[in-house]
Amino acid sequence: MSEALLEVSRLQVEFDTFSGRVRVLDNLDFSLLRGETLCIVGESGCGKSMTALAIMGLVPSPTGHITGGNILFEGEDLVRATESRLRSLRGDRISMIFQEPMTSLNPVFTVGEQIAEAVRLHQNVGARAARARAAEMLRAVRIPEADKRIDEYPHQFSGGMRQRVMVAMALACEPNILIADEPTTALDVTVQAQIFDLLEELRERKSTSIILITHDMGAVAEMADRVIVMYAGRKVEEGPVEDILERPAHPYTEGLLACRPVLQLGAAGARAKLAEIPGVVPPLHMLGAGCSFAPRCPKAQQRCRLEAPPTVAVSDAHSSACWLRVAEKDAA
Amino acid sequence: MNADNLLTVDGMEVHFPLLRPHLWAAQRVLRAVDGISFTVRRGSTFGIVGESGSGKTTAALAVMRLVDITRGRVMLDADELSALQGEALRRARRRVQIIFQDPYASLNPRDRASDIVAEPMRLTGVGTEAERRERVRELFAQVGLRADQMPLFPHQFSGGQRQRIGIARALATRPELVVCDEPVSALDVAIQAQIVNLLRQLQAEYGLTYLFISHDLGVVQYLCDEIAVMYLGQIVERASRAALFGDPLHPYTWALLSSVPRVGRRRRSGFRRLQIEGDPPSPIDPPRGCRFSSRCPYAEQRCRDEEPPLRLAAQEHWVACHLVRGDGGVPHRPPEL
Repeated sequence: MSEALLEVSRLQVEFDTFSGRVRVLDNLDFSLLRGETLCIVGESGCGKSMTALAIMGLVPSPTGHITGGNILFEGEDLVRATESRLRSLRGDRISMIFQEPMTSLNPVFTVGEQIAEAVRLHQNVGARAARARAAEMLRAVRIPEADKRIDEYPHQFSGGMRQRVMVAMALACEPNILIADEPTTALDVTVQAQIFDLLEELRERKSTSIILITHDMGAVAEMADRVIVMYAGRKVEEGPVEDILERPAHPYTEGLLACRPVLQLGAAGARAKLAEIPGVVPPLHMLGAGCSFAPRCPKAQQRCRLEAPPTVAVSDAHSSACWLRVAEKDAA
Repeated sequence: MNADNLLTVDGMEVHFPLLRPHLWAAQRVLRAVDGISFTVRRGSTFGIVGESGSGKTTAALAVMRLVDITRGRVMLDADELSALQGEALRRARRRVQIIFQDPYASLNPRDRASDIVAEPMRLTGVGTEAERRERVRELFAQVGLRADQMPLFPHQFSGGQRQRIGIARALATRPELVVCDEPVSALDVAIQAQIVNLLRQLQAEYGLTYLFISHDLGVVQYLCDEIAVMYLGQIVERASRAALFGDPLHPYTWALLSSVPRVGRRRRSGFRRLQIEGDPPSPIDPPRGCRFSSRCPYAEQRCRDEEPPLRLAAQEHWVACHLVRGDGGVPHRPPEL
């Protein structure tokens, strides 16, 4: 379980905009181990989805560019891979589930045809075998009456069932990595619970590595082994899920944990004012020289506004990019 | 009637006739809200929770008279809101206002923020032009916007600021009841806290009464004094906050609570939630008997035959389930939610 399947180092993605070139991912480093679930959290505009798209080789062109760094998948650098090589990896070794199950299925093909397409593209099998595989996948994601529903169209499925079809499609070729970008945001809690249970079961059975992108700390607590917290294109904290939840080492992580009302059973629940993170994520072309979180940070000091903090280790696997941690380290 | 009750909803039904497939087909109806009753005390927050399709938003719109009520009564104090027409209804609209879910879709992109906030006053004939302008200035300050932002257009605001404009508009006519239809669910996590805090602060300052529609149980627990859980157009459980979250009685409520991912409940530590399978059935053709019986892990024959009434099971605690005993005991309570 300790072997790295994917290693991202010094990844940098830039976009051309009317306000000039902006850096949406800045010096991003992380690795993904075999069979683990890594959660990436942060508000919208923090670069979570862009990280996923960069791994998939789907950074929107011609406005977006990967301008530096490597993405090593089993030793092969995806940044330098050809488009045809990426095509053969996508959907086969690395798959992705998108946020909107309504818009990511093709309305004019049956769900069976769409799942079978993924199988036929990547595996040397005939139409009959591909269809059998599609039916098997639909059963695996617990679509009732799979043999009948395989010939139905996406509009005949509910939102939760469509997302299960997306999961079936993504897993049809048994990928090594599954990237799920806010897979349950559009779904009800009971359906979200079903999707999470499904992902967890697949991870256990096939030891698929999962990158789960979310803004819900509850989902993180339930699903993650390790967590990366991102802010304005940078990684601000990384660590095992227990450390992140119980001993957050970055003020942004603390803010994300405190600003959600937590469901409490049993207790009547004292209702203190919710902690707020004031303001909003700044536009990326307006980032200053200092820590990008400094304008919203309750603990910001002079140094934070002038100079970007380095990433320092808090404990073995736990690191944070915050001047407070640097100061603690210097003091020790 | 208790003088302390601001809103009383009595046996409200909202049915939508469906398009007939051909001329001689029988008329079928979608029962979006199918006989719900509740009262909201003045100055309190009443929450309605449920999944999509449960009828919670339709119930809110019906209270606002934004969809037609098929049967039943809606009373605001002693006025029968559901019977008002024309000019009388327009005047009554000063007293009930709504905050919508999507701050991008609910503000006219061609109107300036100050005109958007002034609109309800103009439509219901409140004050003179100068008085309205002064009131808009006051409202901007109350919801945390700057006066120099008044002439800007909606696209010049962030999502959280737009929702503040929506709140200012709802408060413009000094309403007694504000219906909040998922006011934070379209906002980014960190912004949700800002809006939730603002809603509480405004309630404390102006004694507002909220009817709060949400699917987010964390937010509902934080904001609401009383909560109704809806399933397929009906209320299956209704109780005070302490009773609902401390001693939930209906299996559907258990399933909802158990589905919420929570910090402090790690899956790897062996937790297995109470799972309900599949999706809610269609409100066009709801199951016979208890509507939850087709997904309920504890359903018995009686549940499939006979519709359970909403009855008082404990103090301030109503539930519609055959399995709950007269003393409020339940036979199957899951060990952990």
